[in-house]
Amino acid sequence: MDQFAGLYNYWIFIVLMMIGFYIVMAQHNLIKKVVGLNIFQVSVFVFYISMSKVEDGSAPIIAEGITVYSNPLPHVLILTAIVVGVATTALALALVVRIRDSYGSIEEDEIEAEERRREKHF
Amino acid sequence: MLVANLPALQVVLPLIAAPICLLLRRSDRAWLWATIVTWFCLGIAICLLREVLSVGAISYPIGDWAAPIGIEYKIDLLSAFLLVIVSLIGAVVLPYAHASVSSEIPDARIYLFYTMYLLCLCGLLGIAVTGDAFNLFVFLEISSLSSYVLISMGRYRRSLTAAYRYLIMGTVGATFYIIGVGMMYMMTGTLNMADLANRIPAVAETRTIQVAIAFIVVGLSLKLAIFPLHMWLPNAYTFAPSVVTIFLAATATKVAVYALLRMIFTVFGGEPLFVIGEVLMILSVAAMFVGSLVAIYQTNIKRMLAYSSIAQIGYMVLGISFITTTGLAGGIIHLFNHALVKGALFMAVGGMFFRIASVRLDDMAGIGKRMPITTGCFVIAGLGLIGVPLTAGFISKWYLVSAALEKEMWLIAVLILISSLLAVIYIWRVVEVAYFRAPPKRAAVMSEPPLSMLIPLFILTGASIYFGIDASRTVDIAMAAAQFLMIGVAQ
Repeated sequence: MDQFAGLYNYWIFIVLMMIGFYIVMAQHNLIKKVVGLNIFQVSVFVFYISMSKVEDGSAPIIAEGITVYSNPLPHVLILTAIVVGVATTALALALVVRIRDSYGSIEEDEIEAEERRREKHF
Repeated sequence: MLVANLPALQVVLPLIAAPICLLLRRSDRAWLWATIVTWFCLGIAICLLREVLSVGAISYPIGDWAAPIGIEYKIDLLSAFLLVIVSLIGAVVLPYAHASVSSEIPDARIYLFYTMYLLCLCGLLGIAVTGDAFNLFVFLEISSLSSYVLISMGRYRRSLTAAYRYLIMGTVGATFYIIGVGMMYMMTGTLNMADLANRIPAVAETRTIQVAIAFIVVGLSLKLAIFPLHMWLPNAYTFAPSVVTIFLAATATKVAVYALLRMIFTVFGGEPLFVIGEVLMILSVAAMFVGSLVAIYQTNIKRMLAYSSIAQIGYMVLGISFITTTGLAGGIIHLFNHALVKGALFMAVGGMFFRIASVRLDDMAGIGKRMPITTGCFVIAGLGLIGVPLTAGFISKWYLVSAALEKEMWLIAVLILISSLLAVIYIWRVVEVAYFRAPPKRAAVMSEPPLSMLIPLFILTGASIYFGIDASRTVDIAMAAAQFLMIGVAQ
């Protein structure tokens, strides 16, 4: 039982990570791929936050009568990773907008068909 | 005062220069600014290398917070060497960029191009200086995000899909890397590389650390484009603007090789190689052959050189997978030599593209007579790629072959030689078309690209010859760096 309930957060991390990773690989829609990438990244955030939890620890704010704190460092690291994730998503979406402008589609197979039609130029 | 802060300046200078470049707006001013900044970066890198050679590794605590708690910049011989390679290419490319960029990118976007270029340089230099595993991730993402933008600025719309694909693969790779770093932090409670190296042996046998190693190696291999994780590379290099291809081909994958070396040797003490060394060796030999064979059948020169890069990355990783000082030194020398050679080759192709607006092999007919200097440089650099004696490529292959012989792996030594012969074929295809095929009758009059593009080409081509004739300096540095990395490895 402890294997499951005690490591609940980590199971969620693994499930989310696999869902995200699967979407990135299996989906042919460029926007859905970006969404998958986001789920994949968020799972890592969950992982970092979970491991910073110290049993019976309070929020890492100094106060009287509290001696056990959760580890604040992973929180800070994840703040950085979130910023990176936002930047990546923004850039990916911007690229998708431009791809849609020039190909008229955001479906990977349609774009590939279009590229193949012009393959002789390369 | 200033000298003591050089490690920070190396990264901060391009980082601060990038937004200033954004404010400059006019393309000429942005170019001038970027050029000045990159040459300063090169100066700093050379100062740092001289310092490291004379007094040994430099440690620089950011904001005076001492090492395990604060972020530490650590510059040893390997990172100083890499700083010089990256900033050298970064500086030499910019004079070339002026003419090339203005012919390939709309004038209104040129200042954005140089902003991204400086940010990318900042990220690549940052990876080399940092001594902190998480900080490395941040710099990795700075360089990757800016390189996605740079690639998407290409002339063809396929550059957009190439950038998108690279973004997906690159982000997956970087995320794998932070999962690995998180697991290491879980077991050791530290992110400082030197501190990690001290604490990991106690927990090395746990599954968490082993999974961490797997995540980090696979994540960085994606960035590195080790076969079979190379799928993003050919399109990204083919459709990016010429300058971006030169810059990324000569630096980005090299920096990823460095990050892999740092992780495997500095953090894990070479331990992972005893488990995955053979896998890496098989993959790198496969990369050498698949990359070269696919390159032979390409009709687009840029794509051909991109596949050849995949093969060359194979040589570097092969050097690492020997787990001997000679092999490692061979890998490091090849990293340097390949940066020069591939930089020169892509520069020559960029020069041809500047005049004939095509990189298709068929359009190159007779180009050897019309652009003799550019084509000549291409052939000389191509000889370096093959590994002909008296060129840089010969030195690195010499060390790789002797590393294979040292370990009595005759088959590997033979395979290195055979795969080099494959390079002869694809370089010869270009030579044949360029010199022995009649130019199309109605072709426009071709002439050499402007001097501002030729001089950087001469510098890199000349360097690839110089370091083939007098390799003592690069070999000494690479040997010392390899010995330093091998210290922690249990024989």
